[in-house]
Amino acid sequence: MIIASQKPIDEIKEYIKDYKKILIAACGTCVTVCLAGGEKEARELAELLSLDGDQEFRVVTPERQCDSEFLAEFDENVGWADVVLSLACGVGVQYMAERYVKKPVVPGLNTSFMGTNRDAGYWTEMCQGCGNCVLEKTGGICPVARCSKSHFNGPCGGSADGKCEIDPSTDCAWQLIYDRLKSLDQLEKLYETIPPRDWSTSRDGGPRKIRRPDVAIEEG
Amino acid sequence: MAEEKSKLQRLFEAGEFVVTGEIGPPRGADVEHVHKAAEGLRGVIDAANVTDNQTSILRMSSIAGVLLAQQKGVEGVAQMTCRDRNRIAIQSDLLGAWALGIRNVLLLSGDHQSFGNDPQAKNVYDVDSVQVIKIMADLKNEGRFLNGKKAKTAPKFFIGTTANPFADPEELQLIRLKKKIKAGAQFVQTQSIYDIDRFERWMEKVREWGLHKEAYIEAGVIVNKSVRSVEVTQTVPGMSVPDSIVERMRKAKDPKEESVNIVLEIIERIKKIEGISGLHIMAIGWEEIVPEVVKSAGLLPRPTLN
Repeated sequence: MIIASQKPIDEIKEYIKDYKKILIAACGTCVTVCLAGGEKEARELAELLSLDGDQEFRVVTPERQCDSEFLAEFDENVGWADVVLSLACGVGVQYMAERYVKKPVVPGLNTSFMGTNRDAGYWTEMCQGCGNCVLEKTGGICPVARCSKSHFNGPCGGSADGKCEIDPSTDCAWQLIYDRLKSLDQLEKLYETIPPRDWSTSRDGGPRKIRRPDVAIEEG
Repeated sequence: MAEEKSKLQRLFEAGEFVVTGEIGPPRGADVEHVHKAAEGLRGVIDAANVTDNQTSILRMSSIAGVLLAQQKGVEGVAQMTCRDRNRIAIQSDLLGAWALGIRNVLLLSGDHQSFGNDPQAKNVYDVDSVQVIKIMADLKNEGRFLNGKKAKTAPKFFIGTTANPFADPEELQLIRLKKKIKAGAQFVQTQSIYDIDRFERWMEKVREWGLHKEAYIEAGVIVNKSVRSVEVTQTVPGMSVPDSIVERMRKAKDPKEESVNIVLEIIERIKKIEGISGLHIMAIGWEEIVPEVVKSAGLLPRPTLN
């Protein structure tokens, strides 16, 4: 899922200081699960921001801000507001802004990464959405997202005691790959030289899109 | 026009025990800095690496540094990391390096930018070090760029790389070294060695795998100037500095002299190891000590070529 974290409160206050009526739009999906922008966080934020003075706040929580199906019921509340403070990921913020052409929409979160919850209050990155998955070659551990240098052919010389050179709390992805392939008795996979990859499937190729004629609805 | 084959390569091929050094370029555009460093090393070493923004500290470019060193009669080894350049920039800069008379290149991953003064920088890592070795080897052997287009006048670098005998996981590090050599690395410089016992064990593995027969392996040593610098070296990920070495430095009346003694003892052990073709001496910030180290190690005068 998408992992995000709330922006510093002063940054949020700066964004909304010129407005009277503020609609805080939580999101019921990823950011609810990662405790950054769900209904609960939105209500807490409204309470905190109300302490300061004469701004009015309302909270709405669409199931997903990135899906028009769930936004329509909020048109009225959006109409009431001077500004929408979106606690969705960057997709939701942009989708809101697209739908409500004349309404300023500002972000309340920093969208961080695609990852998972490891422990209470601890999330880690797992996938970079590079568009060409290599997990079959690497024992199900991603070298693109989880090696600090996105190496494809083994660890750099900074891997020590299973940790990455940049930070002793970061696992070396290649140590994990090695351990996993060893336990699967597939170490021979590590002898294969993986050639330079085609990054055009990643962000480097420009904004990406997928068109699926098989599921498209024909006009007629 | 410089010869196609570097002096460094010809010395290895002649079976000489090669000695290389290192020049850290200035944090500025200062010509004198490199000229002086090169003059101090001339006749003492066979070639000098000029580092590529080592530890991600912004400095003069390696290629420019090599050119300046070569003006003073010291053959250079240009370093090229995968951190700051994509495949276009790497190949382009190395075309330029060849055109300028540079013949040796050391290809490596590069220290992550979080170590330096610009942790906000984007890193590139379009290709990794194994891949970039293959790119430069293909350019040499087939005259083609990675994109398949033919190069007009393809550079034919003597290609080097690094290996860290002290990094983990050991087996995978060896597999990676094997891949680098298979990709086209002709010489290998190791991480600096303080833990000589561990290095000897690593070399046993290298010989078991036959890697010393497929590439020239230079053992790296570092000459630290002070107790503090040894202590810092001990904390670097992928470095192995036994506590006994740090203790010796702490107890020494003259830590500089003791540092030289330590490195000379390590060199003596290195010279006896089967499969080692040379020595790579790193003394960043204390380059003036290198002549004494090479002399005391019995490695002077340096061989000449006909």
